[in-house]
Amino acid sequence: MRWEEEGMKQNAFIMGNKLMGSNPHAFSLIMPSIPITHTQTPYVTGTSVLGIKYKDGVLIAADTAGSYGSTTRYKSVERLRPIGQNTLVGATGEMSDFQTILQILDRLIITNAMFDDDNTLGPPDIHSYLNRVMYNQRNKLDPFWNTLMLGGVKNGVKYLGNVTMLGLHYVDDHVATGFGIHLAQPIFRNEWNEDMTLEQGTKLLEKCMLVLFYRDRSAINKMQIANITEDGVKISEPYALQTKWDYEAFSNPTVGNEGSW
Amino acid sequence: MFRNQYDTDVTTWSPAGRLHQVEYAMEAVKQGSAAIGLRSKTYVVLATVNKASSELSAHQKKLFKIDNHIGIAMAGLTADGRVLSRYMRSECINHHFVFESPLPVGRLVVQVADKAQVCTQRSWKRPYGVGLLVAGLDEAGPHLYYNCPSGNYAEYHAFAIGSRSQAAKTYLERKFETFMECTKEELIRHALFAVKESLQEEELSSGNCGVAVVGIDEPFVVLDPKTLQAYIEALDSGKDEMQTIEETGADDRQSSQVPQEGTGSRGISVGASEDTPTDMET
Repeated sequence: MRWEEEGMKQNAFIMGNKLMGSNPHAFSLIMPSIPITHTQTPYVTGTSVLGIKYKDGVLIAADTAGSYGSTTRYKSVERLRPIGQNTLVGATGEMSDFQTILQILDRLIITNAMFDDDNTLGPPDIHSYLNRVMYNQRNKLDPFWNTLMLGGVKNGVKYLGNVTMLGLHYVDDHVATGFGIHLAQPIFRNEWNEDMTLEQGTKLLEKCMLVLFYRDRSAINKMQIANITEDGVKISEPYALQTKWDYEAFSNPTVGNEGSW
Repeated sequence: MFRNQYDTDVTTWSPAGRLHQVEYAMEAVKQGSAAIGLRSKTYVVLATVNKASSELSAHQKKLFKIDNHIGIAMAGLTADGRVLSRYMRSECINHHFVFESPLPVGRLVVQVADKAQVCTQRSWKRPYGVGLLVAGLDEAGPHLYYNCPSGNYAEYHAFAIGSRSQAAKTYLERKFETFMECTKEELIRHALFAVKESLQEEELSSGNCGVAVVGIDEPFVVLDPKTLQAYIEALDSGKDEMQTIEETGADDRQSSQVPQEGTGSRGISVGASEDTPTDMET
């Protein structure tokens, strides 16, 4: 019976702890009938990240929401982070895994800096490295539950790409994660062009972020835009977009449909 | 070098503060046939004197490609050199797999040097008996490094190691200031002249020397004998017209006005001298 199993698990856990310390798989080792499992569901999640290349560099936007299931639990989560001098990483998905990834990247940057020479890690290097990290975790059947976006400029070369939790990575002129793939990328495909100015690029991203705020239930109207150029990474302070709710149809919604709301 | 009671173990210091086994390893490098390296702003050229152990055997291979942007020339125990080049190739390819970009040559040199240092501090090991001239590229451009059995490394504009390398060094010391602006062809010519200095009696030919080049946008390649022979023949046409090639001795005296075996003045020192034991402390 279920509760007997739970009881057995408790005993096995205590016994396991006494014998094998705080190994999280201890009771699985003592009781092989209980398999070793890894967390398969995310808890605190971030929604879409959008990215486009423009004339002078790369623009990446994300809101600052950390959802706990259907609740908007945290409203000031920084999902865009600079890495080194000329790269930015943005994350969708489980925020705790993102924090672990940031620690891993931090170690990478520091170890690289300790060589004390003129060689720095550029966006393609970090992209490839992240891909290896994500793919190796997935091979352990314990993925980092994130889709990561990576953008940067080095030696005049603009770079933008994604890494998924399965360890798939790709580059493109405009990318999105999460709901952005379905709602924002079609707009990019229609309206993006290579020589967009900073203003045009920002407008395009804001338009897509607005669509996402209207249609994605885990999005909030508080976003940041990061601008990466040869000179470095600049992430804006969080700000809100102008929204429009005063449609006529909203003022008397049950006209023509009595009993509705 | 004289035998003494502190030289049996690499892990035994002498009272003078020296590790004799390491110095003996550096002697092994001096016994090997010469290897020369020089660089310009865009290219690095490596050249070697290839000895054949007998008339029947093929010439020894001393130039190794490590990656598209890195190659080495070795002097000393070439068996040790092959092992080190396998390690270097492995490191390069691992870096490429993780980062999808070439391993900067300076990093690789440090890794090799640290590997060599381990052998100077383990009682069950011996130092590598090979000196490596590492030619490669990184973000800043082309570089030439020398890896010593002691675990030291240094960067050079031009350097020569192995037996009769002093002659080549003397030539390089006179000319190195012009190297930065040289074209690829001029650099190869300088390398071949330097090799010539190390080949005392023999005639320079594609049979007894090897040349390799690496440059920005040009992968490391060991010149094939035909191309090499063409460069060698072109050497003579670039020289003074008053001479005729009878014996290389006469030509050598004309191209370098300094006596061969380094008994004259040293001029500007481009590389650390191997003759004194203070090598290790630098």
